[in-house]
Amino acid sequence: MKPVFMTYTKKDLINLAVCMVLSVLVIPTFITTEYWYTSILIPWLCLALATIGQQIVMGYTGQLALGAAGFMAAGAFAMFNLILRVPDLGFVGSLIVSGLIAAAFGILFGLPSLKVRGIYLMVATLASQFFIIWMIDKFGWFKNYDSSGIITAQDIVILGKPFTTPLAMYFVCLAVTTVLTLLAMNMARGSTGRNWMAVRDMDIAAESMGVSLLRTKVQAFAISAFYCGVAGALFAFCYLKSLEPVAFDIKLSFKILFMCILGGLGTINGAFIGAAFILLFPVLLNAIGNNVFHGAIDATIISSIEQVIFGGLMIIFMIYEPLGMAKLWENLKVSIKSKLSSAGTKSLKSSAQKSE
Amino acid sequence: MVDELLFFMEVLVGGLLAGTMYSLVALGFVLIFKASATFNFSQGAMVFFSVLAFCGFMQDFNIPFVLAFILAALLMVVVGLCTERLVLRPLMNASEDTVLMATIGLGYVLEGLAQAAWGVEVRRLDLGIGDFPVPWIADNLKLFISALDITAGLVAAIMIIGLFLLFKYTKIGLGLRAVADDAGAASSIGIPLKHIMLLVWSAAGVVALVAGCMWGARAGVQFALVDLALKALPVLIIGGFSSIPGAIIGGLIIGAVEKVLEVYIGPFFGGAIEGWAPYVLAIFFLLYRPEGLFGEKIIRRV
Repeated sequence: MKPVFMTYTKKDLINLAVCMVLSVLVIPTFITTEYWYTSILIPWLCLALATIGQQIVMGYTGQLALGAAGFMAAGAFAMFNLILRVPDLGFVGSLIVSGLIAAAFGILFGLPSLKVRGIYLMVATLASQFFIIWMIDKFGWFKNYDSSGIITAQDIVILGKPFTTPLAMYFVCLAVTTVLTLLAMNMARGSTGRNWMAVRDMDIAAESMGVSLLRTKVQAFAISAFYCGVAGALFAFCYLKSLEPVAFDIKLSFKILFMCILGGLGTINGAFIGAAFILLFPVLLNAIGNNVFHGAIDATIISSIEQVIFGGLMIIFMIYEPLGMAKLWENLKVSIKSKLSSAGTKSLKSSAQKSE
Repeated sequence: MVDELLFFMEVLVGGLLAGTMYSLVALGFVLIFKASATFNFSQGAMVFFSVLAFCGFMQDFNIPFVLAFILAALLMVVVGLCTERLVLRPLMNASEDTVLMATIGLGYVLEGLAQAAWGVEVRRLDLGIGDFPVPWIADNLKLFISALDITAGLVAAIMIIGLFLLFKYTKIGLGLRAVADDAGAASSIGIPLKHIMLLVWSAAGVVALVAGCMWGARAGVQFALVDLALKALPVLIIGGFSSIPGAIIGGLIIGAVEKVLEVYIGPFFGGAIEGWAPYVLAIFFLLYRPEGLFGEKIIRRV
């Protein structure tokens, strides 16, 4: 396919246009209940962004990392402090700088990846998760010496205009996510992404082809942490509307790992599919519990069942489709297309026969 | 001066003994890694699952202690059987990372099942061994050491000697090592892979149950056990993934270092550094000796 605009093909531009029309025009006109924005759409966008970060390091570069929530916490608290202490920076400026601060942590804790891989690297990244949360928790400066433990996030103000309604916050998240997703797609397709994938598929071969392992891995960790940092800042400011280190514990890291793997490793749309599934499935399960069984099943049991299903799905996907839901979606599209085209050729043939 | 030294000794010994508790969890990881070269991330969940089932049998069904323990051990054999059949066999030829991710899924399944079956509240587990200083030692050596710590140390020692002998001198142990070395070659000379896997996973399940009893008696049987079990990972990195003595030495190092750091350096940073200190220690070990103290050197071929 020939690129039509920069590196984007015609198909990409159509996809982008459809997504934009859906998210900017269709969703705001048809969805009017606040619940959808505050509890589903906003966290979906934030977590999808964090999952893209996880994808970059895990799906594209093949480094098993388990510290996404730590970087999200770094981003969120950096954002809080930047708005508090450097108000001149503005919302967008603070968002970028907090992403960069998270990226600095990413570089620091990504360095072990040069030496180790697999489970060993996972343990090294766990250090980042526990260390960052501990640091925020123990040094009062990060929390502006607030003793209650939960800090209210400041209101979002961009160019003097407040963005405080759910719809406005949704647009903020949407804008940030769109820009960063396009960037991620660009990187994944360009030489950066090719280097990542070369390292993932066979690091020694990549090195002998002249790909610098140091540069590629550190770059992947930095960019991944940047995405997680920005996602964490949005997560805290648009969804939680408060900042507490506990919200970014190891459970969130596992959740993002699940989104990444179930969605489909090494795909950008997989990040969105995975995040949507992990977020929506509990909602669905609760709805079934309330409406079919009329609350006869305890809420804790429902959440346990949800855990069993997530774990079970993980095993099933690993066995039957390690590339996740994105691949299933791809397969579905291909099979529909081939059916349509075979139907098309049949009708052509029959019409040709008739004309004879 | 003498008091300070005594206090240091007390911290050190307490840390070492607490470290054996980590060793007990790490032992389960090593067993499976040694026999199948797969890393079982769900070991922590197995600890939680087994001990919660044990408590459930005792407290909900009033089954006596020994019988409940046997039932829980049998349950772990069933878990091992199901794991072998449903997870490991289909993933026989998959890459290491794929199997690792599948075991993360398995961990989720076990945690969820345990909570669905036995509830989420914290349960107390009374083994009849108190978690308080032994008077005899306190009087004679002036060290305050908990009876539970000593029991855990003894249990760990017995299990480690037993497993070590099993691996080294029995035919089963030889088979286990052969499978770990090259599963394909082992099965081609007639070692029953299925049975070996089942055996190893059951053994790991029973080890998890014992570790869970020790932890449960100390901290209560609760979900936090899963997070505690994560600390076995740095233990493994320091000791080496495939070494049974390594698991105990690694546990001792982690236990001692984290306690000493917590007591002497912790107060300057507001405490709770034992949450991350083991992991950072593991990173330093990784940089200098990635295969751990006793592990086999990792050779990757292109």
